[in-house]
Order: sequence, then C-alpha cells, then structure tokens
Amino acid sequence: MSSHLRVAAAGPSSTVQDRGRVGYQRYGVSVAGAVDPLLHAAANALVGNPAGEGAVEFTMAGDSLTVEGGPVRVAVAGDAALTIDDEPAPAWTSLRLRDGQTLRIGALREGTRGYWAVEGGLALAPVLGSVATHARTGLGGLAGGALKTGDRLPLRLDDAADRGELTLDPSLLPARGADIRVVLGPQDDAFTPAGIAAFLEESFTVSHEADRMGYRLNGPVIEHARGFNITSDGIPLGAVQVPGTGQPIVLLADRQTTGGYPKIACVIGPDVGALAQKRPGERLRFRAVATAEAQALHARHRDVLAGLPGLLRPAGAFALYGSERLLGFNLIGGVVTGWD
Amino acid sequence: MSETPASPPGLSPRLLPAGDGALIVELGEGIAPALNAAVHRLDRRIADAALPGVVETVPTYRSVLVVFDPARTHPDRLGQALLGLTEGLSQPSPEPQRRWVIPVCFGGIHGEDLDDVARRAGLTTAEVTALHCAADYRVYMLGFSPGFAYLGGLPEALHQPRRENPRMMTPAGSVIQGGAQAAISPIAMPSGWHLLGRTPVRIFDLRRDQPFLLAPGDRVRFASVPVVEFDRMAACDGLLPDSETVAGDVAGVAA
Repeated sequence: MSSHLRVAAAGPSSTVQDRGRVGYQRYGVSVAGAVDPLLHAAANALVGNPAGEGAVEFTMAGDSLTVEGGPVRVAVAGDAALTIDDEPAPAWTSLRLRDGQTLRIGALREGTRGYWAVEGGLALAPVLGSVATHARTGLGGLAGGALKTGDRLPLRLDDAADRGELTLDPSLLPARGADIRVVLGPQDDAFTPAGIAAFLEESFTVSHEADRMGYRLNGPVIEHARGFNITSDGIPLGAVQVPGTGQPIVLLADRQTTGGYPKIACVIGPDVGALAQKRPGERLRFRAVATAEAQALHARHRDVLAGLPGLLRPAGAFALYGSERLLGFNLIGGVVTGWD
Repeated sequence: MSETPASPPGLSPRLLPAGDGALIVELGEGIAPALNAAVHRLDRRIADAALPGVVETVPTYRSVLVVFDPARTHPDRLGQALLGLTEGLSQPSPEPQRRWVIPVCFGGIHGEDLDDVARRAGLTTAEVTALHCAADYRVYMLGFSPGFAYLGGLPEALHQPRRENPRMMTPAGSVIQGGAQAAISPIAMPSGWHLLGRTPVRIFDLRRDQPFLLAPGDRVRFASVPVVEFDRMAACDGLLPDSETVAGDVAGVAA
C-alpha cells in the first residue's frame, strides 16, 4: 500500500506550491507558486528534494499530519513549534515519522508563511506543468484548493530510508530587514515627483488586506500625474500598483496576469519573499536600485538558493546550540550572515 | 475603456523596466485594432527569434511583457534585441489568421440581459443578435482568468456601461459585453458585464491538448443557434467550434 499523510487538522490556509505555473500567463493563467521561494527551497533541501518540488506552504500556523504507511521523512522551514505525538521536535530539521505518528506544526512566531516538505514529494498530477495551487481559479494542488482536515496526501515514496537526519541553521540565511528593494517602472512616469518621493522616502505599513495575491500597504498618498487608469497590461511579479486611493498594492504569486492601474515600481525577485513574510502592522521602506545592482542582487540570491544543500549539517551537531537556541531561531532578526 | 477604430497612431516603441526579471515593450497608447495587431506580430517575432533567457511573454492591448531568467541573459542585451524586433512592425502582416465561429444561444434563460441591452440601445433583440453575429471580433488579449479573452470590435450601437450591480455568478460559456468590449467567460465567475447568451463550447478545458480555445491575436465570430441546438451541442463532449482562415490584417499602422 502506498504511504499517505492524513491531514488530522488543517492550518488556516495551507496550499501545495512549487515554483509556479510558467508559460501560461499569455492565456490568463496566474503563476502561483511559493510566495517565499527561499524557505520553500530550504524545506525541500532538508529532505533531499530538488528546490522546485511541490511542498506545502502554510499561513500563520501549520497542519497536523498523521502518517499512514511510511516511515516518512518530513521537514519544516519556518519558525514554528512542532510536536511529534505531543513530544517537542525541531523545525529546520528532517524528521522520520513512523506509521501512526502525528506531527503537529504550531503557529509561526515570526513571519507569515512556513513550508513543510516530504522526502520524494507528494504524488500529485501537475496541472499545466505545475502542482502549484491557485485557489481563486481552482487550479493545481489538491483539488485546486487549500488542505482540509481529513484530506489524504499521497506520497511518491513509500518508505524513507533510515539515514542520519539533517539540519539547517536559519541564522545562516540572508537577513531580512525593513528595506524592500525595487526597480522603478514600468509606469513611474504616471506619478508626480512628489509621488515618487513619498514612495521612496517615507515608510509604509502592511495592512490587513495581505494575502498570496497581493499586499495592500498604508502610508503617504502616492500622487498620480494624470489619473490612475492605464490601458491594461501585463503584471510582473512584485509589481507595485497604485490605484486611485494613492495607497500601493504589491502583487505577489497569485496575482492576475493583467491589470489597469499604473505600476510605480517592481520589487526585485530576491526581496519578494521578504515582503511576503511581513505581518499586518509591520513597517517597511522601499529603496530604488539601478538595473545593474538588481542583477547583482539576483545573482547573489541564486547563489544562496543553489548553496542551500551545502549549509545542511548532521542533526546531531544541533546539540551544540542547545535546545533554547534551537527553539528561539529568528529568521528576520538581522543576524549577520555570510551573504549580507 | 474606449476603443479607437479610426486611424491609429504610429508606433512609438519604448522599453520599460519591470523588475529584475521582466521587460515591457510598449508600442503605443490606447486600444486600437492596428496597434494590437502590431503587438501580436511582435509577440510572434519574439517567439520565432528564440532569444536566450526568455521564459514567457504576455501580449496585451499595446505592449508585450517579456519575462526572462536573469541567469541566462542581461536585460540590456535582451532589451536591445527586443527593440530590434520592433523594426518594420507597422507593416500589415500578410499571414492568414485563425477565426473561430462560436455558436451562441442568445437571450432567454441563457442571456438574461439581452432584453435590457436591446431596450437601452433602442433596438429589437433580433437586431442586437444580428449586430453581434455580424461583428468580426479580435482577441486583443487574455487576462483576468484562465482563457478569458478580451474581444474588441463590439458595434458602437451596443456600447453600454457595465451593470450597476455585478452578478455574483455567471456560468462558464457566458457571452457577455461591457463598455466597448465583449467576452466569453471560460469558467463560472462573478461579472458586472451584461449577459447576452451562452455558448455550449468549452472555452477552457483541461482535458484538451490545447486547453485554451482562444489565443491572443485570434479572430472570433458568433453564430446564433436556437436553444434546442444549444442543448444538443452541450451534450457533445469535447465539442470544438468551426474555424476558418481569414486574410491577415489589411491595415497597417500609420508611420
């Protein structure tokens, strides 16, 4: 019998995601995919999967999963408290679970989204080349929507081999501060100089209207030069569109493919995940970078993603940090790292 | 949104930054058939050129969004190549185009707003239907939801503001109009556009090799069918509408 993970209790909004549905935006299909590709890749690396494998993105709190079959190897990337059959277990570490055991993934202490991956991946049929869930149009994932209590997730691997477990020290990941870097355009000429200055020099607060589709921000009014309607055009990832209210909306993975509000700037790829991890009420500032700097930052981000497997250590080494340190890892805490 | 069927402006290609992984090639302003035809010519040229690092393109009314992989190309180099492809785009394309003939059951239970649209236009419902079936629609672009095509070419007599109160749900295959545009809803969805009729053809069907019936740049005509014919066609699984090949764009863009 093939192994499954049964969702004993679904988190508030957990969806299967990969790197997104590429190549169909011309037909109106949203890309979807993980809003924080770095943590998504980290969860996959911990269980030995390729970075683009489907994994579950959970929001604010995770799921409870009971093994049917197995053993099954899972790992959680994100600052959540875990238990296996009510015994504490570490995040950022691969865990081998036996038939009948229940992994409970609690609330995130920092950030908005965490990821859990299973060794070998979930046995889901790709839709238009991807297992990414786009709930608004019912594409991908598990029947096109979020995980529900009682769902049974089929696994590709029936039995995870007994090997040493691996761990990743999240303080080695690039620090994420309040600065979100953008490239101005495509329609920065639709705003007054005062509007551009307000956008780049003042700070914004994440509103409660913040989801996988986009983040609506509160802050100074960004003044348009001549109305706020443009002929609808394509919306790149991270586009900062400014509707008539003058309050920006940053468009994320689940964004529609086209839209008719002017886009003052686009958040660079490496910072999209950092933005999506900010909670309602958190503040941020936009900082413009030139094309050359954006390309350099992108290259460095690629190196980080490619280097994830090299950061893994045998789980035993974690004892060096002590369990308090283990439970207190803070991804957003501005820790000095090798990259930043 | 208003359509400008009169003489289009000349092309004024501009390269716009769109983050670290995309560029926009904008050819002009507004919504006009000749301008949009040039967009689709550019989109085809980009596909044919197979430029390194290009991941996908999104042709829209007057621009093409080009998504690229920064690991495989540099935006300056890609931008130069894209601008190079805009040369001579004003010339009309002799290439034949695909035109779908979509069967539609207008009015009645399938088109609850047809009577209101006719009344506001000062026409009979038969005249509205005839106008729709005589129009040669152009797929300006796809967006909003999978397979949703924005059709330009709605006869001016039928231009009407959207419904004051959007419907919470319209069924898949709804033939709708709003402002100066027409569309066919590929999936069940809320809509503020006027519901004129319904087609039994699946505009979006994942079971097909090509799930999206309409592609950017296609042409569309509607053919009125009675409700019994609608029911017969709706019972045929995998029904595809007739298509015909029509001459390419006759009008170029004024230089």
